[in-house]
Amino acid sequence: MSQVIEDFAAGPRTVHSIRAFFRANTFPLVEGGAITFVWRGEAQEVRLRHWVFGLASSQNLARIAKTDVWHLTMPLPPASRVEYKFEIVRDGHGHWIQDPLNPHLARDPFGANSVAHGAGYSVPSWIHRDPESARGTYEVVEFPSAVFGRRKTKIYLPARFRSSRRYPLLIVHDGDDYLNYASLGSILDNLMARREIPDMIVAFTNSPYRIGEYANDERHARFLTDELVPYLESKFPLRAQPQARCLMGASFGAVAALSTAWRRPGFYGRLLLQSGSFAFTDIGEGNKRGPAFDPVVLFMNQLRAKPTAFSERVFVSCGMYESLIYENRSLIPLLESTGMDVRFREARDGHNWENWRDRLREGLSWLYPGTFLMMYE
Amino acid sequence: MTSNEQWPQGPIVLLGPQSDYAEIAQVLDNLEVSGTVALITAGWQENEAEDDTLARRMGRPRVNLALHARSEKAFGADADLACAAAARQKHLQHLQEFYRMRLDAVDDVASAIAVRHVDPLELDEQRQISVTQLRHLDADHLARCASVLDDFDATWKPRERQAVTTHSEEIAAVIEGCDAVVIAGGHILALLNRMRLFDVLARVGRRPIVAWSAGAMALTERIVLFHDSPPFGKNLAQVIDPGLGICPGVVVLPDMSRRVQLNKREKIGRFAQRMAPATCIALDPGSRIEFKDGVLQQVKAERLTIAGDVEKEWKP
Repeated sequence: MSQVIEDFAAGPRTVHSIRAFFRANTFPLVEGGAITFVWRGEAQEVRLRHWVFGLASSQNLARIAKTDVWHLTMPLPPASRVEYKFEIVRDGHGHWIQDPLNPHLARDPFGANSVAHGAGYSVPSWIHRDPESARGTYEVVEFPSAVFGRRKTKIYLPARFRSSRRYPLLIVHDGDDYLNYASLGSILDNLMARREIPDMIVAFTNSPYRIGEYANDERHARFLTDELVPYLESKFPLRAQPQARCLMGASFGAVAALSTAWRRPGFYGRLLLQSGSFAFTDIGEGNKRGPAFDPVVLFMNQLRAKPTAFSERVFVSCGMYESLIYENRSLIPLLESTGMDVRFREARDGHNWENWRDRLREGLSWLYPGTFLMMYE
Repeated sequence: MTSNEQWPQGPIVLLGPQSDYAEIAQVLDNLEVSGTVALITAGWQENEAEDDTLARRMGRPRVNLALHARSEKAFGADADLACAAAARQKHLQHLQEFYRMRLDAVDDVASAIAVRHVDPLELDEQRQISVTQLRHLDADHLARCASVLDDFDATWKPRERQAVTTHSEEIAAVIEGCDAVVIAGGHILALLNRMRLFDVLARVGRRPIVAWSAGAMALTERIVLFHDSPPFGKNLAQVIDPGLGICPGVVVLPDMSRRVQLNKREKIGRFAQRMAPATCIALDPGSRIEFKDGVLQQVKAERLTIAGDVEKEWKP
């Protein structure tokens, strides 16, 4: 049990001492390698709901006798980041809530979760909007695609954009989500302002049916490679070279990036893959993850059977607390065996946008090193 | 490099970052510069010509020497030279990469030894060995870089080629009509290579030079790249170029307080020892050091000591 909880439970448990306890602490309680979740109120049961693969996803909090204080202690290694909610059970019905004692929230397309930070974790400074970083500009292009009909793509132009220069192109899958939940807009501004990455043009793509289009779909590869890239190269000053084309994505978006590069070997020289849903089987084609993964398994099994160097540099990241860590770890030696330059980063985090956000500085600057070491203004 | 006989003979003032160019006018006043200033902003690369704000703050007429634009024209007019220069840069990049790998290896070994449970005196001895190895790598790398640069000059004689001399002569004529040379910061190699190509310092004569950040670095005899928080990889400082060498005996560190963790005394001490006998000087905003006849005269800047301190008050 947490020492703080133990001390509290050993005390008088009066209204005054309970108030003092909540005033004196911040929650959840982090003590070395352990975290204690605390909730206060009346309920039949209180459960911790989290997305840490390897731990039971629902765990009951215990009530401290003669109080309405509930608590649960579990291990949390340093530098961890965990998203969670409480399930409050009353009248036999559970209701999920954010932790009212914790101000840290992480937003995603489904709402927001509370976030627990393990000892030593801090939100990176480079994700915040910096008034000293000039902002890039955005414009939306819409063009008729023979593959998908009319599609809109948001284009980012760097703050120092000059039509006389030529830029690398970064294509982001689930582009709006990266902007809304992973701070990619301010990260691009900051990293470019600090010359940690070169100025580049970024295409934020979105799919209305990502589970289908992103799962190793030839139509998606055709849309990107034969339609979007040529269109962008005709409209913007882009360096039309593999080294200057990067595909990026998370989860199924990473599958889309990897499979598109694999389907068009030598066209995309840079890949940034985050928590890719790289499901595979060693025998047979059945998978435990559901039918949406069937085309992914087919693709991954093909790739594993005959790995080739279809790109040049590949950055892969994955959270240790997600079920996909096994698949991502397995991918690294496979990619390395082809001679491609591969960098892999694991983090004590889950399958979520802030995990992907926190890895962007390293990933982007490794794929596209800027001149920041040369710059002395 | 510029020969000693052609070294500028006037005062040289090196400054820290000039985010709002507030100090420049004052420094030029102190140097009694009232006429036109020859301005070098090649470190700004393709933005070289965007010098209106700087010119306004200087409060004096200026002529931008346009070294970046001139180099584009010169290379455009002389494809052989452009090709050779690109090959030289590629070679230098490879040298830098491999030197950097060797630095990393020395640092890895130093870290592994540092955690051994042996007599502290033995660890001290090992620390000295690591510094010696780093110094050797630095010196060897700089010598190789200098050799590449010299070989290029000897083979291609860029300063005798029409595409370059046309501009060098124009630059000389412009400087002739100016009272001072001002060198802004920016991309250190972009700046350095262009000053070298047009042999700018040979045209300066007795005029004062005011330079900041990368401009200041370019004038020293050892360019050191440094940052304690790179986006990935080790944060080891690395030498990259012998510099133009008219401000000897110092390693200048622009914007040091922002780029270096000043509480890491052992690291600071090791860096100072690695660069010795040169004095490591922080060029933070407000810093100022002055050279005359190749000798450091006045200092208003912090220096790093071998003991790991950042010393505020000191004299050359």
